[in-house]
Amino acid sequence: MARITKLNVNGAGRLIDADAETSLLTVLREQLDLTGSKFGCGEGQCGACTVLIDGNPRRSCIVTVGAVGQKKITTIEALEQDGRLHPLQEAFLEEGAMQCAFCTSGMIVTGVALLKSNPNPSDKEISDFMQGNICRCGTYPRIVAAVRRAAKAQKGSGQ
Amino acid sequence: MSDDLTYKNGMEPERYELTAPRAYHFEWGRREFFKLLGAGALICSVAKDVLAQQESGRVRQGFGGSLPKEIGAWLHIGENGKVRVFTGKVEMGQNIRTSLTQAVAEELHFPQNGIELVMGDTQLTPYDAGTFGSQTTPNMNLQLRRVAAAAREMLIDLAAERWQVDRNHLSAVDGKITIAESEREIAYAELVKGRQLTQTIPAENSLAPAAAWTVAGTPAKKVNGRDFVTGKHRYPSDQKLPELLCGKILRPPAFGATLLSAETHDAEQVPGVTVVRDGNFVGVAAPSEELAMRAVAAVKAEWKSEPQPSNKELFEDLKSNAAKETGRQGAFQAGSMEEGLAAADHRLQQTYTVAYIAHAPLEPRAAVAQWSGEKLTVWTGTQRPFGVRAELAEALHISENDVRVIMPDTGSGYGGKHSGETAVEAARLARAAKRPVKVVWTREEEFTWAYFRPAGVIEVTSGARNDGTITAWEFHNYNSGASGIRPSYAIPNQRIEFHPTRSPLRQGSYRGLAATANHFARESHMDELAQLVKMDPLDFRLKNLKDERFRAVLEAAARKFNWGQKKSAPGQGFGIAAGFEKGGYVATCAEVAVNRANGEVKVVRLVTAFECGAVVNPDGLRNQIEGSEIMGLGGALFEAVEFENGRMLNPRFSKYRVPRFSDAPVLETVLLDRKDLPSAGAGETPIVGVAPAIGNAIFDATSVRLRSLPMVPNGLKSP
Repeated sequence: MARITKLNVNGAGRLIDADAETSLLTVLREQLDLTGSKFGCGEGQCGACTVLIDGNPRRSCIVTVGAVGQKKITTIEALEQDGRLHPLQEAFLEEGAMQCAFCTSGMIVTGVALLKSNPNPSDKEISDFMQGNICRCGTYPRIVAAVRRAAKAQKGSGQ
Repeated sequence: MSDDLTYKNGMEPERYELTAPRAYHFEWGRREFFKLLGAGALICSVAKDVLAQQESGRVRQGFGGSLPKEIGAWLHIGENGKVRVFTGKVEMGQNIRTSLTQAVAEELHFPQNGIELVMGDTQLTPYDAGTFGSQTTPNMNLQLRRVAAAAREMLIDLAAERWQVDRNHLSAVDGKITIAESEREIAYAELVKGRQLTQTIPAENSLAPAAAWTVAGTPAKKVNGRDFVTGKHRYPSDQKLPELLCGKILRPPAFGATLLSAETHDAEQVPGVTVVRDGNFVGVAAPSEELAMRAVAAVKAEWKSEPQPSNKELFEDLKSNAAKETGRQGAFQAGSMEEGLAAADHRLQQTYTVAYIAHAPLEPRAAVAQWSGEKLTVWTGTQRPFGVRAELAEALHISENDVRVIMPDTGSGYGGKHSGETAVEAARLARAAKRPVKVVWTREEEFTWAYFRPAGVIEVTSGARNDGTITAWEFHNYNSGASGIRPSYAIPNQRIEFHPTRSPLRQGSYRGLAATANHFARESHMDELAQLVKMDPLDFRLKNLKDERFRAVLEAAARKFNWGQKKSAPGQGFGIAAGFEKGGYVATCAEVAVNRANGEVKVVRLVTAFECGAVVNPDGLRNQIEGSEIMGLGGALFEAVEFENGRMLNPRFSKYRVPRFSDAPVLETVLLDRKDLPSAGAGETPIVGVAPAIGNAIFDATSVRLRSLPMVPNGLKSP
């Protein structure tokens, strides 16, 4: 079986060694020690493993490393830059949009993708876009509020 | 509530998982805290206090294991200015790390950001029976406030001694002792520098009343929130160790199956694999997940299983297997049912059912086990680290003193993580492989091999007069449990009983326990009675209650909801429900929109009024209430475990529907902050009003009365 030896993760080429059929999530967590992306279901149903692939939110538990090639992968670990949180990370803290927070990485990564494609989403658009992410603690209304807050903050800062 | 419902062992009967037989059978002395933490001051309780403190949670022999003989060390003030607090409670999303930090900051007069809580580590923290039953706030919060107050008083004494002044001239402010009308001040760290001071908690100490709180009682953000939004926090499933192997277990084809034979030769040929066969247990440890899965798949096993019922015949099954004797724990009688029914103008008899549902915590069970000689350390997500320590000791035939269980902040539990399955599995594999092993359950394993919220059948017989006075109330719960089984209404003639039975599935605690099922039956039945006597559901409830705290939440919720408003759209319906459990009063109003053409039932709005004594963290409390509403909505509308002949048929998120973004209604919360009352826990009780309020609203919209949870797994189309 084909082996994959290199991935482009968080702006850098990273050496790995995995069968092409191995899930991206497994490689991120086990080989690159990027454990911010979580295993929640293994069938793309809960969104806890969401990463950006060329800017699009993808379920890394059902994407194989063979299929990723050299596309750009962005994980939750790359959103904080120079000690400064992404506005959506800030907004999650401000709104208290988490309880156990196991879903939080996937929620934030999905929300970042939404804000990129739609900088001023309505509550309905936020809810529709994030429908595939499960929060068992039930913080959905707070997450919607956090995305809204981040949209406002980005608008204010001219981003 | 009277004492009638105190159970023989001090524990609700539906905590089935705590008495279930184990799946597999296979001291520290006085702690060297100063060695570990450096010089400073240590606040301790003597063993007697530890015992007393744990009395409420301690149940029976074999539960929780032996208590530590040594002192309990609760708080350390280091010469580096750091304050560390030790508690056996664990964090899994209730945000008690935050509310307990507030409590310590309040009494210690110390900045919150300088306080670190060490939680759920059996080596470092005083014994704790577990984090369940909404006990952290009423008990641990109080305990840590006492601990912090003792520390503060000791620091004042130290300063008085150093400065040779009367301690009454000194006050503790923001981590320093200051002297009245003077510039002099000294930091706590300076006072304890180079010393090894110990102080026991006095039998009584003065605590700030809730009305005087400045830190507690105010909204606080998750103390280590930044670690979570950046993905840095390491949950149990994220733990890493050098040489770590991946463990996988061979699962039986059906619940309760017995292993007849296992051919492991092919599995053993997989590179780097260790295969363990021990009784009914077959597991592998391998250098990668891929290899572990290959090895498990290569085991050829033969199992024997018995025919088992399916969810289709569940309720008949539960009733027919019920224990025959009556008058056991949870039974309550007042007046005479015969007289009560005779005095009634209307009589009503109805049956309600609830399905098994799954906790489905987003982080499945996970554990990392490491042996060092005969000593075992396990990192795992459990609500009972000390209970899991006992489980490990028993399963592996070692002393509890040789086991350390550590619980990193975990991806939720909801009552579903009281057991230590992955801890035992990882430990057994690690012993054989002579390397650390991690076991993380797949979603299918978590659904199938954890325990479920008990299903139940509830039968209610009642009578009421034309004027709305309830005269008789008989209530039988089969299997689901006894929590919240007694009404908070003033009814002269009552018969209440919980009937244990034989459950076809492994079952146990779930957020709110059976209070959810019992409130669903009671508050649905209340609505049906109100209908019979032609009264408004709110007025009917108010007429039959005497408890003013109960009245206050009902009135507050109704006011906020604008109860009595006219319907403004077809398919719209309004419902109300209320209850009391675990020291908290809740009232919930629901608005639903039912589309009989396509069957869609949408909960549009939920208004909750909640009163749990003095509020410690208003924002944390609101978050817990909102979470309870959403979680309760899933069990109310669509969640159900389907099973047949020993197999779960829907063990995936694609088949087992949980609430998602589109299911979330508008949530509005009214907090009634009673600063004159002790703080009660709040993570569970707000769930109990959700299902009946929604059911009553569906009736209001459609005149269809739904008496089974979940109520509309397939929608509600016109017949």
